[in-house]
Amino acid sequence: MNVLLAVPAVVPLLGAAATLLLRRTPRLQQGVAVAALASVAAAAALLLHAAADGTVLTSQAGGWKAPLGITLVADPLSALLLAVSAVVLLVVQFYAIGQDTAGLSRAMPQVFHPIYLVLTAGVCLSFLAGDLFNLFVGFEIMLTASYALITQAPTRARVRASMIYTVVSLTSSILFLTGIALVYGLTGTVNLADIAVKLGGAPAELRMVLALLFLVVFGIKAALVPMHFWLPDSYPVAITRISAIFAALLTKVAVYAIIRSQTLLFGRDDISAVLLCIAVATMVVGILGALVQDDINRLLSFALVSHIGFMIFGLGLNSVAGMAGVIIYLVHHIVVQANLFLVNGLIRQFAGHSSLRSMRGMTTVSPMLAVFFFLPAMSLAGLPPMSGFMAKVALFQAGVGAGGWLVYTAIAAGVATSLLTIVAIFRVWVRGFWGTPMPDMIEARVRLKSGAHLGGLRIMAMATGAMVAFGLFVAAAAGPLSELAFVAAHDLMNGAAYIEAVLGEGAR
Amino acid sequence: MSAPGFILIVAVAVLYSSGFYLLLQRSLMRVVFGIVVLGHAANLSLMLTDRAITLPPLLTGKEGPISDPMPQAMALTAIVITFGVTTFLLALAYRVWLGDDNDEVPADFEDRRIGRLSEPEDSS
Repeated sequence: MNVLLAVPAVVPLLGAAATLLLRRTPRLQQGVAVAALASVAAAAALLLHAAADGTVLTSQAGGWKAPLGITLVADPLSALLLAVSAVVLLVVQFYAIGQDTAGLSRAMPQVFHPIYLVLTAGVCLSFLAGDLFNLFVGFEIMLTASYALITQAPTRARVRASMIYTVVSLTSSILFLTGIALVYGLTGTVNLADIAVKLGGAPAELRMVLALLFLVVFGIKAALVPMHFWLPDSYPVAITRISAIFAALLTKVAVYAIIRSQTLLFGRDDISAVLLCIAVATMVVGILGALVQDDINRLLSFALVSHIGFMIFGLGLNSVAGMAGVIIYLVHHIVVQANLFLVNGLIRQFAGHSSLRSMRGMTTVSPMLAVFFFLPAMSLAGLPPMSGFMAKVALFQAGVGAGGWLVYTAIAAGVATSLLTIVAIFRVWVRGFWGTPMPDMIEARVRLKSGAHLGGLRIMAMATGAMVAFGLFVAAAAGPLSELAFVAAHDLMNGAAYIEAVLGEGAR
Repeated sequence: MSAPGFILIVAVAVLYSSGFYLLLQRSLMRVVFGIVVLGHAANLSLMLTDRAITLPPLLTGKEGPISDPMPQAMALTAIVITFGVTTFLLALAYRVWLGDDNDEVPADFEDRRIGRLSEPEDSS
């Protein structure tokens, strides 16, 4: 079981090395990349199965006992997010392979696969890291890979976006490092469980400063308002598969880090009022930004910012029910965001761009694409019986249970945001999908459906369809998912199980 | 507080403030320098967590304080990361310079266009 914990972080790195060597044989390279991601998914599934009853699995690297050595930890939350991320990564991988087969992408596949696997390793390590410094390293692996990915097929706009993205991420990394220095200076350890124990003896004011510092650090990466400006500037410009994976995973890893740090390390300090205010601002500012956009990618990016607010709202409730809502929302949102960006990538193949100003009649051009867009879009807006509805109901129920005027304000903002999301989605639908198709879109369909592109295009459509199906599966499995979310939330709010699993019995 | 400790604290404060100042400039070269300076500030503050910073991290066999190797290991990792990313940033800044013939942060035209939508129509 201990070896299993290392698989998601190590196998992709080995795979990256192998795919770099195999860059002259594209088929073999794709095969190795898929195999590496499939083994991550398998390991994540086994971990989830083992952790589903609330067990916290740990692995001490090299046999050095915590808090001395490197600890990898999989509690139900990490295992669940790992499993969902692995599936999404694998599906996007197939989409990328399809696009490369069809010859419709200007990205270099030889370079894409190795960096993509490095990104996977970074994401997995961030989820599994049991100490603050490894969390930092996981973030850096993930971000360094993302700096390289965002400049794939470089145009002027992409270089510009990448510059902003890199500088903002680096600033937050440096603040992260500062935070680590302060925590180490205060407690003399970087092991998360050990910090959690030792911070108990620290002055409350210092703990509060650290809690807020880490909220800023991860808040920049999670694009919380007012630290969100970089996201709608950079994500939409990257090539489709990359904006899909960034939107789905990178911000969610940051949300995971917020959850982990605020519950385990700073659970004693109550910053829920701050969190609720940020949640309201994020929801409202994000969705108002989405309403005026004209490029589908930018619209989706603003919607992404807005919906991060829901997760922070759940965290701000500071209760098991609220936390369970956040976990359901995380799972729902990872799948739906990836899905919408992939669909938009297919739209771009037909229209040549993603601007709503010159797009009409997508329903006539490709009815299947319309279905693929409609289902996740309704889920994002939170219409029953989609997964977004389940997640929002869970959050609002927890909110009503908690009570208080600030919470009710946040719920009102959340409901308004959901309604405005529907408005934003319908703008896309009415402008882009209805009406008589533009002549060049019909031409593009004829060109795509005949000849060399068709095989690859089918793989892309199948990958997108698989993501839609995964979204529906999340909705169908809402019962077991919510049970699992409650188990995970209980572990998070309690903390003792995590600390005991890492440090051994009687540590507290 | 010992003298080297105090000097280090002042140095960290100066580095952080000048780093953030540089980061807010429009010229990309200054932004890159800002990141470099901020990286030094973070690494120095890691070293500051060690109270016996002037001593070597060696077990000499005799009783007595030694410096803590942990912050040094962490700073070393961080230096490697900052070094790599700085190289990448320089390459990016060069790409911007190649495209635009200046090293300023380019404007976001889509943002400007949407911003103009809110301005009232010119009635003349």
